[in-house]
Amino acid sequence: MAEGGLTTDLRSSPHLKQATTVEDIMRNVVYALLPVCAWAIYAFGLSVLLLLVTTTLVCIASEALFCRLANRPSTIGDWSIVITGLLLALTLPPGFPLWMAAVAAFVAVGLGKALFGGLGYNVMNPALVGRAFVQAAFPVAITTWTPPFLPGRFSELIPSTLTLPFTKPEPVVDWVEQNRIDAFTGATPLALQKFEQITTPVADLLTGTIAGSAGETSALIILLGGIYLAARKMLDWRIPVGVLLGAVLVSLPMWLLDAGRYPDPLFVLLSGGLMLGAVFMASDMVGSPVTPSGVWIYALFIGALTVIIRLFGGLTEGVMYAILLGNVISPLISRVTQPRIFGEEGKR
Amino acid sequence: MFGLSTFKHGVHPREYKELSNQLPIRRLPFAPTLVLPLSQHAGKPSVPLVQPGQEVVRGQPIAAADGFMSVPLHAPATGRIKRIELMPTARGPKTDSFILEVYQGSNQQHSYDNPQDLAKLQGKDIVQLVQDAGMVGLGGAAFPTHVKMTPPPEHQVDTLVANGCECEPYLTCDHRIMLEQPEQLIQGTRLIMRALGMERAIIGIEDNKLDAVKAISELLPAHDPITVQAVETKYPQGAEKMLIKSVLGRSVPPGSFPSAVGVSVFNVGTLAQIGELLPHGRGVIERVVTVSGPGVEHPGNYLVPVGTPVRFLLEHAGVTSGAHEVILGGPMMGMSVSALDVPVTKAMSGMVVLEQNDPDLHKQQAHPCIRCGWCVEACPMQLNPSMLGMLAASSDYDEMANDYHLNDCFECGSCSYVCPSNIPLVQYFRIAKSVLRERAEVA
Repeated sequence: MAEGGLTTDLRSSPHLKQATTVEDIMRNVVYALLPVCAWAIYAFGLSVLLLLVTTTLVCIASEALFCRLANRPSTIGDWSIVITGLLLALTLPPGFPLWMAAVAAFVAVGLGKALFGGLGYNVMNPALVGRAFVQAAFPVAITTWTPPFLPGRFSELIPSTLTLPFTKPEPVVDWVEQNRIDAFTGATPLALQKFEQITTPVADLLTGTIAGSAGETSALIILLGGIYLAARKMLDWRIPVGVLLGAVLVSLPMWLLDAGRYPDPLFVLLSGGLMLGAVFMASDMVGSPVTPSGVWIYALFIGALTVIIRLFGGLTEGVMYAILLGNVISPLISRVTQPRIFGEEGKR
Repeated sequence: MFGLSTFKHGVHPREYKELSNQLPIRRLPFAPTLVLPLSQHAGKPSVPLVQPGQEVVRGQPIAAADGFMSVPLHAPATGRIKRIELMPTARGPKTDSFILEVYQGSNQQHSYDNPQDLAKLQGKDIVQLVQDAGMVGLGGAAFPTHVKMTPPPEHQVDTLVANGCECEPYLTCDHRIMLEQPEQLIQGTRLIMRALGMERAIIGIEDNKLDAVKAISELLPAHDPITVQAVETKYPQGAEKMLIKSVLGRSVPPGSFPSAVGVSVFNVGTLAQIGELLPHGRGVIERVVTVSGPGVEHPGNYLVPVGTPVRFLLEHAGVTSGAHEVILGGPMMGMSVSALDVPVTKAMSGMVVLEQNDPDLHKQQAHPCIRCGWCVEACPMQLNPSMLGMLAASSDYDEMANDYHLNDCFECGSCSYVCPSNIPLVQYFRIAKSVLRERAEVA
């Protein structure tokens, strides 16, 4: 029913709306990830550029495909799938074969997201589901590291990058030897610490002059992205803070007990994927609890579990499994930490 | 603002007060015909005292209260009752209403006074006079004021809280009343304090109206039992429970009334009308209505006779060519109008007209919940709207009520306002509540 320009269509209150949408949140996460990507490309060269392009394109294509198969409107416009693509590449070794990266991307979207019904319904972080899959499927390739800042990184690819599907990746050792100008090592700081008790200097961990997954090597740039998002209220600051706190709470007593064997807490915070995981993955809204106290429990759990896996498990890194487990128990945490409603705060 | 008393959570919508907060209250002329519903209040409808065809004068009682949970109704203008018939109202269902044909040249004089000697009035006399005035909560609740002045005997009330928050965007009628009628506001406050034997009163005003804080404070002597307190400008500061928390730090338990913590809350517009009307023994026949929004040519605060059709008011204020949707009340909790012929009633504080191209009107695509938790951070009742929304989507209404406190939601709209997925949470909750109500009635 309309009268002149005036309508009497009934609409439910509220009639005002805060402007920030899901797309805005996701787009800003992409902005925050771009410097991390740029640094990864600068440090490891063309191979990482191809890796980022591959995972992102395959993620977008898979999302479009699965939406079509499920007869749902395409959701590639909400930017969340771009985050999955970028994050996935950032968690992979720089010379990871592209075809394996494509498999990881396809699995991330299919198994990590579409199977559950798409954005909002997925239980676990899709990028980590993809990474966990290739960790199991290609155990050698996923632990083949190359040092950063090799002179030839912008003129040639790491030999393993262009491995043909279903063939064995070319060893990178010879290529690294030819390129090497100084004593950079291909071993990650975590492996050095765990197996040789060599602790990498903090300055190197902050700036990323170390070996590791493509996007995890500069704690500083990751932190800046996190601060940007937290300032825009698009990231719950309690999650990265809680994860890092959880990591310190477990590593500090161990280090005090036996400093020769266990790493110091600062090293724990800055090495491996902990910073990338804390800022960009544990904080993924979909996989984290909605209740205020639940958020703390979830974050502390992830931080603590990461360190426990690192120090006492067979793996050098534990952040991926810690976050995936955190995601899985997040609905349970939400359920048992319902906020006390107004007027009942004091009561039990 | 740091240090200012406030409640937990809430949201900060754009205020839009600048459209009308500098404009003095202006009198609206009489519409040729007024529509006066017999039920403009919570409770039983009034009983007609006059017949169709009968002449009435401005201020004359035309319907009586039907028992305690009811109030009388007065003629806002001099004229002739044409008929009593079912008419649409803003609240939805059609209601028996007087159709009053206003005589041309009907003036603004009150022709029906019953002067009172305030000094001699006892508490119960004041309560009776408030009921006789047809007074209801003018902030929007329309709850009979004299009923509020009669708290259950087991509750001892010690403090009156005057609600001058006006936290809804656009609305400025209470602001103007506080600026232009502070004497009446103080008078009304003192009368109710006396009726209820209360030791003190706190007038809570959001800090975007510091001129109102000043205007009232200047009239109060030192050590007066009435004090004025600025509170943070935050929605929904004007909700009773939130305001009591802000000014007194007391928490009203779930499902209870403010009297459970010794407080009675009255809207400043209600208090000012009591201060204005009671000395003369008059009834409520007009109220200040803010007409604002991008779709209005002359936004303002209009003194409007009760019963004026919304259409007449809009013609007077003028609507733009892009005007599209009319909201009665404020934009956060008000309802879009079902017909332009519905009348202004006692509790209607404002009218907001949005334009067709208003970004707030654009139906944004709804996404699944991404569990950002923004609604949890927004809910002033500290509920979990995210979980409630998911349960509503699967029609688990009983679980919503039993485990997630659905019935403590007062539909302020903060959760829907912040939701980046554009999920109409409040709408879901309304549906859930009404389904549960109907089920309870059937059982």
